[in-house]
Amino acid sequence: MQQSAAMIPVFDQLCPMHVLLDTTGHVVHAGPTLQKLRPDAPLASLRFLELFELQRPRAVRSMEELLASSGMKLHLRFRDAPPTDLKGVLMPLPGGEGAIVNLSFGISILDAVGDYKLTSADFAATDLTIEMLYLVEAKSAAMEASRMLNQKLQGAKIAAEEQAYTDTLTGLKNRRAMDHVLGRLIAGERPFALMHIDLDFFKAVNDTLGHAAGDHVLQHVARIMVEETRAADTVARVGGDEFVILFDGLTGRGVLDRVARRIIGQLEKPIPFDGQRCKISASCGTALSSDYDTPEAERMMADADLALYASKRRGRACHTFWSRDLAEEAQATLPPACRGDAAHVPPPRQ
Amino acid sequence: MHGLINRAIQRFVTDTYGEEAWQRVARAAELGFTDFEAMLIYEAVMTQRVLDAVCDDLEKPCAEVLEDLGTYLVSHPNVEALRRLLRFGGVDFTEFLHSLNDLPDRARLAVSDLDLPELELREHAHDRFSLTVSAPQDGFGHVMMGVLRTLADDYGALVYLEHKGGPRGREVIDITLIEAGFAEGRHFDLAARVG
Repeated sequence: MQQSAAMIPVFDQLCPMHVLLDTTGHVVHAGPTLQKLRPDAPLASLRFLELFELQRPRAVRSMEELLASSGMKLHLRFRDAPPTDLKGVLMPLPGGEGAIVNLSFGISILDAVGDYKLTSADFAATDLTIEMLYLVEAKSAAMEASRMLNQKLQGAKIAAEEQAYTDTLTGLKNRRAMDHVLGRLIAGERPFALMHIDLDFFKAVNDTLGHAAGDHVLQHVARIMVEETRAADTVARVGGDEFVILFDGLTGRGVLDRVARRIIGQLEKPIPFDGQRCKISASCGTALSSDYDTPEAERMMADADLALYASKRRGRACHTFWSRDLAEEAQATLPPACRGDAAHVPPPRQ
Repeated sequence: MHGLINRAIQRFVTDTYGEEAWQRVARAAELGFTDFEAMLIYEAVMTQRVLDAVCDDLEKPCAEVLEDLGTYLVSHPNVEALRRLLRFGGVDFTEFLHSLNDLPDRARLAVSDLDLPELELREHAHDRFSLTVSAPQDGFGHVMMGVLRTLADDYGALVYLEHKGGPRGREVIDITLIEAGFAEGRHFDLAARVG
């Protein structure tokens, strides 16, 4: 052992986490950094296998078995707290004098620097640990900056999408959003109703009281439609004074007729604006997904439109369901493009 | 110029002189936006316009503003990460000085498109050094003056620094180490604080 004793200062410098073991497997000397991990009690004279639990290779219980694992990568763990994981390699000393085990932290270094208050001086000059810690921090800082940017971009994307689907004057969904929801309802094979609503006498408000009054009325109308429908329904402004409501999961004629009448009733209450009273009404037409074998968006829009025309012809301020009879009747009597109000109204702002 | 550098200037102005001051600078520099993103790249002229606007706004010579920026970068708690990364360079000030040669490469390890000025340290005697700062834009030398002065304090070393100027794109700083262990210095803990 004398020869190895003379080597201790060399080992301490080159591998500050080494342990010298005698022939019985007891610690003769521990390198300064390893000793720093257990500052309260000297490691010397403790039995190596009582100090560490060997996790790989397993079932090593004696110095002989330990020596048999020489040159292999050892996975060990302190038996007492904190149970830091270590990696190591054991080599027998020349002349059967015992063995030297060199240890290092693997990835456990990230916890170990905190647990043991390690400093640069605790590592061999050639050890890359400090560089690794540097990289971990630098990468974390860079990732954090990237994460912040991603979060910001994500927020901007959501806001842009929101805007792209919103009618900015009324806050309702726009035509694009309505098409999107309609497509989804059809693809999901859900029962639904498509109600087309066209304001009556809106042009008169716009022409006599000005665009500000018109805008005010549209906002008021939007509010009523949202109030009279459920959160799951989609209310969209699809034209100047045209609206579409998609009723998700609802095809009951009685309920839909009541909703339409309630909306018309609310819209007919005069809307005060700037000391004036704006009077409008509305005509509604509804197509039900249950009336088709395979509902199609364009077809349903056209049919709801047809039902809306029928309401207009019946003297406005009423609600009509599309039906095959209605379609045949319309074929016979209705001249194309006979709409009264929709001509000179402002298009929806995107 | 890398967003990290622009962002650093923005944070320096904001943390030192307030959000109002930064808003004035962003307007005067005609950025068209108010916040630099750390992970985007901006045109170099933008950085120059910002620096000019900062100097105008503070009514201070550019060299002084840049040195203050250097000081800020390694001392303000909001940018503590940077001080830590630099302190990884060495256990004492001399070792830190030598680690500056590797700094641009180290920075690229973390952010591959970040081009820092080239730094070249020469040791003339054990207590006499010179640092050459080479970059397409002048001014980094003054930032390094602030960084070196503050980190010397951080290490507890007493140093004398002199900015010698130099040909365009190359600035030389003379460094005299008067006493390595002049004061206690600030503690450096290898374990990173999470957060």
